Amino acid sequence: MTSISVDAVFCPRCGQPLGPAGIASGEHAVCRRALDLEPPRYCASCRRRMIVQITPSDWTARCIEHGETTESTWGPA
Amino acid sequence: MQPGVDGIRNNRGMTEQVATQPTASPTSPTTPDSAADILTVAREQVLERGERLTYDQILAVLRTSDEQLEELLAIAHEVRMRYQGPDVEVEGIISLKTGGCPEDCHFCAQSGQFTSPVRSVWLNIPELVRAAKLTRDTGASEFCIVAAVRGPDAKLMEQMRAAVAAIKGSVDINVAASLGMLDADQCQDLADMGIHRYNHNLEAGRSYFPNVVTTHTWEERWETCQLVKTTGMELCCGGLVGMGESLEQRAELADQLGELEPHEVPLNFLNPRPGTPFGDLPVMPANDALRCIAAFRLALPRTILRYAGGRELTLGDLGTRDGLLGGINAVIVGNYLTTLGRDPKEDLALLDELKMPIKALSDTF
Repeated sequence: MTSISVDAVFCPRCGQPLGPAGIASGEHAVCRRALDLEPPRYCASCRRRMIVQITPSDWTARCIEHGETTESTWGPA
Repeated sequence: MQPGVDGIRNNRGMTEQVATQPTASPTSPTTPDSAADILTVAREQVLERGERLTYDQILAVLRTSDEQLEELLAIAHEVRMRYQGPDVEVEGIISLKTGGCPEDCHFCAQSGQFTSPVRSVWLNIPELVRAAKLTRDTGASEFCIVAAVRGPDAKLMEQMRAAVAAIKGSVDINVAASLGMLDADQCQDLADMGIHRYNHNLEAGRSYFPNVVTTHTWEERWETCQLVKTTGMELCCGGLVGMGESLEQRAELADQLGELEPHEVPLNFLNPRPGTPFGDLPVMPANDALRCIAAFRLALPRTILRYAGGRELTLGDLGTRDGLLGGINAVIVGNYLTTLGRDPKEDLALLDELKMPIKALSDTF
């Protein structure tokens, strides 16, 4: 599952601007649900397309401006 | 382009066949089995005699009602247990080269021809080794390295050589590969590297394939599959369902896989990816997916049938369980190539609950 920063300006799935409702409702609710099974593709700060690498256990998304995020998709052992 | 039945009919038998290819028309009895008695036929023919279903019989299975689904899955499960046993083969997959593929497989977010947000990137060897170790720690016996390419060039083959050596030097796991279409030399080279199994899917039944891919042919895929079988590597060959194909074309894929006789069939359910031509297709209904699982098991009684991409979206937790009790005997743990999967602990707990042991590495040779 991809966690979304409360400071997100752009949707990490479709890259479109987030309104005041954020990603939890409105037109991005579908994106929010989809991100349960997808890594982010767009930087939530600048909407650049990120370089994403996925391994069986985690993903890493890198924005050339805002750096790298890594999340494990496997819970604690 | 939206797939449609008319286009398929026009495409039937459109290409000349080579000697090793199956006939364009499905080989089967001329009398179709009715939906009412197909379960009796499946029990007698597949379960008792070990003979796979014919095209018409597979189609009859795909046409069974929701009311018959429970009994259908039970028969498919009995077939799996009799001819494959209770063990479940566990595998992890990883993308060595992601995105930027020149091919136009309409379901795939890694094609460079679509407006998919997936960017091109290579994974380094230390990361591959780390992933192989983590995969092995789940009990998995297979680790498949995948590259989004038409076929491997010299650079990719050298990367594979180094990656396989590094993994084999530090992780006790079978290494599989999926690098697109191969020539005979590449095939032998991969076998010599110690690749245990090679994946190359038919993707769709022959008549529907031109609606899915236009940059290469179904026949080219078939030829690579035949080449793999000559080298001693195990062949892993499956496809996707839920891409807009008809039931007839779904049955055709299962029948053609039965004719090919791969060691393993990965069964994918379309996960519509944004930006791809199939991005707006609906997710396949769960009961249709379960009927597919049973039909593929009855078409391939002695083949490993693996849950591959899309099962989380299509089946959810309950459906995942039903499929494991309906013919599936292998899973991919963790994430996929461009999407995420379940936490392996959930899958492993389910296998434990169902009393389905993980197939040991020593049993896979």
